Amino acid sequence: MDRLLLDRIQFAFTITYHYLFPQLTMGLALLIVVLKWIALRKNDERYNQAARFWAKIFAVNFVLGVVTGIPMEFQFGTNWSEFSRQTGGVIGQPLAMEGVFSFFLESTFLGLFLFGEKRISRLAHFGAAFMVWLGSWISGFFIIVTDAWMQHPVAYHVLPNGTYEVASFRGLLLNPWAWIQYAHNMCGAVVTGAFVMAATGAFYLLDKREVEFGKLFLKVGVIAGLLSCLVQIFPTGDIHGRYVAKHQPAAMAGMEGLFHSEMGAPIVLMGQPNMEQQKIDNPLAVNKVLSFLIYGTTRAEVQGLDHFPRDQWPTTLPLLYYSYHIMAGLGTWFALLMVVAVFLLWRGKLYTTRWVLWPILLSFPLPYIANTAGWMTAEIGRQPWLVYGLLRTAAGYSPHVSSGNSLFTLLGFLGMYSVLSILWVVIVYRVIQQGPNMPKNNNETLAA
Amino acid sequence: MIGAVWFWIVAGMLAAYVVLDGFDLGVGILLPFLARSEYDRRQVLRSIGPVWDGNEVWLLAGGGTLFFAFPLLYASAFSGFYLPLMIVLWLLILRGLGIELRSQVESEVWRSFFDGIFVLSSSLLAIFYGAALANVIRGVPIGTDRYFFLPLWTNWQTGVSPGILDWYTVLGGVVALVALAHHGALWLAYKCQGDLEVRASKIAKRLFPVLVAITLVSLPATVIARPNSLASYQQHPVLFIVPVLVLVALIAIAILRARKQSLYSFLASSLYLAVMLVGAAAGLYPVLLPSTNPAVKDITVAEALSGSYPIHVGLIWWTFGIFLAVLYFTVSYWLFRGKVSSDAGYDHE
Repeated sequence: MDRLLLDRIQFAFTITYHYLFPQLTMGLALLIVVLKWIALRKNDERYNQAARFWAKIFAVNFVLGVVTGIPMEFQFGTNWSEFSRQTGGVIGQPLAMEGVFSFFLESTFLGLFLFGEKRISRLAHFGAAFMVWLGSWISGFFIIVTDAWMQHPVAYHVLPNGTYEVASFRGLLLNPWAWIQYAHNMCGAVVTGAFVMAATGAFYLLDKREVEFGKLFLKVGVIAGLLSCLVQIFPTGDIHGRYVAKHQPAAMAGMEGLFHSEMGAPIVLMGQPNMEQQKIDNPLAVNKVLSFLIYGTTRAEVQGLDHFPRDQWPTTLPLLYYSYHIMAGLGTWFALLMVVAVFLLWRGKLYTTRWVLWPILLSFPLPYIANTAGWMTAEIGRQPWLVYGLLRTAAGYSPHVSSGNSLFTLLGFLGMYSVLSILWVVIVYRVIQQGPNMPKNNNETLAA
Repeated sequence: MIGAVWFWIVAGMLAAYVVLDGFDLGVGILLPFLARSEYDRRQVLRSIGPVWDGNEVWLLAGGGTLFFAFPLLYASAFSGFYLPLMIVLWLLILRGLGIELRSQVESEVWRSFFDGIFVLSSSLLAIFYGAALANVIRGVPIGTDRYFFLPLWTNWQTGVSPGILDWYTVLGGVVALVALAHHGALWLAYKCQGDLEVRASKIAKRLFPVLVAITLVSLPATVIARPNSLASYQQHPVLFIVPVLVLVALIAIAILRARKQSLYSFLASSLYLAVMLVGAAAGLYPVLLPSTNPAVKDITVAEALSGSYPIHVGLIWWTFGIFLAVLYFTVSYWLFRGKVSSDAGYDHE
């Protein structure tokens, strides 16, 4: 089997699987801070109990995030050593900073948050929750800085031996691509956290138990859900899209399935890219909207794929197109659902409106899919480059690791992560079954 | 000069990892020998519950810092040690699950399964770490393109084309297994109460002569495996303080344990581990990864060091970041100080 393909599949699989956990924990961390804050302000113990319940879910997901995250840091060296050697002088910086500034913070204060509630004051315990949130969001920032440099390399120069070195520390950290991508990504994590919380609340209400907590989760969940969904579309998604159009026009053409340059380009809502005939089959399109979204005028010309040499087209183009459309389609669904839910909440009818509670419950996996599809859009869109315009993916892998060894470890990860998935389902199901009304000191649980 | 600073920063972070995660690895190795009941097991696990994850962060932060400061070393060594590194990653995954998931389901079978995973992964990790360090000391068959790929074993001999495992690296694995088990026993003697404290102390006492013997064997073995390792010492005779400190630490462990000063004997064991690692690093410097092929140069600090600008800027944020990290650790260890007992746990009302 092809070395390059195996290495790409292994990285894609391990990073996609890994990110199922941080997207929830980064979102939940913020919501737990909110719950703890309300508990402090209103002096309401129910919110503390709710925070304790979510801390259990958080702890399990955090552990899985940690253990599946360790291979990520090492895979740069094991499977992508040429990439590491050439760009370590740039991306080594944010990656090392993540370890030093985020991991220590997160791990220490998570220990305090989970084990220390009786040892420290209520305010200090709120502080511990806050620090866990801060740590997880700092971690996200440095990872995005790394990815943003690969998407849009700035503030570097080339050394005589052909390797890259950061030229301005500020420039690297203030890469505009990083900040807009960070805002869009963290907002996406809050969507996941909010939907999981709202779905759990809907589940309790539909199941007619834990009703008080069900209402509480639903309320916090849909309000956070609505805010994050709207910010996800505008301004973060909008600005991000314009950035891609400006700096990675070939990726944008691929995402939109625009094979030919056009004045007043249409936006394709549905349809299947036909690579052989270079057109969209069964298109459902709205004229001129794409030009308007990118340039603010319906008459502007948008560059199609025919504008670019074939060797600069994103590889696996249909997958890029579908990823982008799945992300955007789901994002629209989230916003609609949350608008309806918050309207009903305002009218005092949400808790009894079953035809809305059911979609909220069933939608909990969708933000995971949307976040994954969003990342696939970003990373497949970057192809065929590892570092956009500088280093091709085909030139980045480890020269001496044979494909047999790559396949061996890929199979190992597939097996190991299958087991993790089963454990995750068993444990999270059990925590939800147990409900938030558990005894205060559950000694059976080491982590909570 | 700045290269030396980063060499010792990375070495220091990895030493901090071995000392800190070392005791919870040791706890994992000893669990089946020490804990006789569920009550015991819970007490043992509680002693590392709030801190093990933070301890492990030293490996991640150290690895990230190594990547940042020495990209060539990171690229060459991590791809060259491909298979053992992947196995270490899998063991780290299993170990985290073993600790954190065991008490999620109230079932004898579930708990026993995760305890087994925890013991097995902790023991294998200790062996792998020892073998890894021995591989770096012995050297690897670096090619002219600065890369290599090591098979798991060849003929079990050191030499021009060794494997990951040979007599010397296996010895390194055994040293690490014994040293970390001993380290973990001292930690448990410090953290536990009652029977467990007595048993942990007894195990430390029994492991001690083994540790002394294997330490004494490992020193000449290192000189045989890499004759060059004495060069630094001959050049800077002041380094001979390292073996002296090893001896001092060993004696201190024995005396303090006999006096039942469990915290101090644990700290002496930390000193022992740290000094052993410093000694190994001093023997390497200025080499990062020795070449077993005399025709190919070693990978040195000067060759692998990142550009001048990043490593100077790095010094500023690193100092600040590690200051914060030390602060967090101080708070955490202080809050969870003292003895732990099982059903009380840390958060009993």
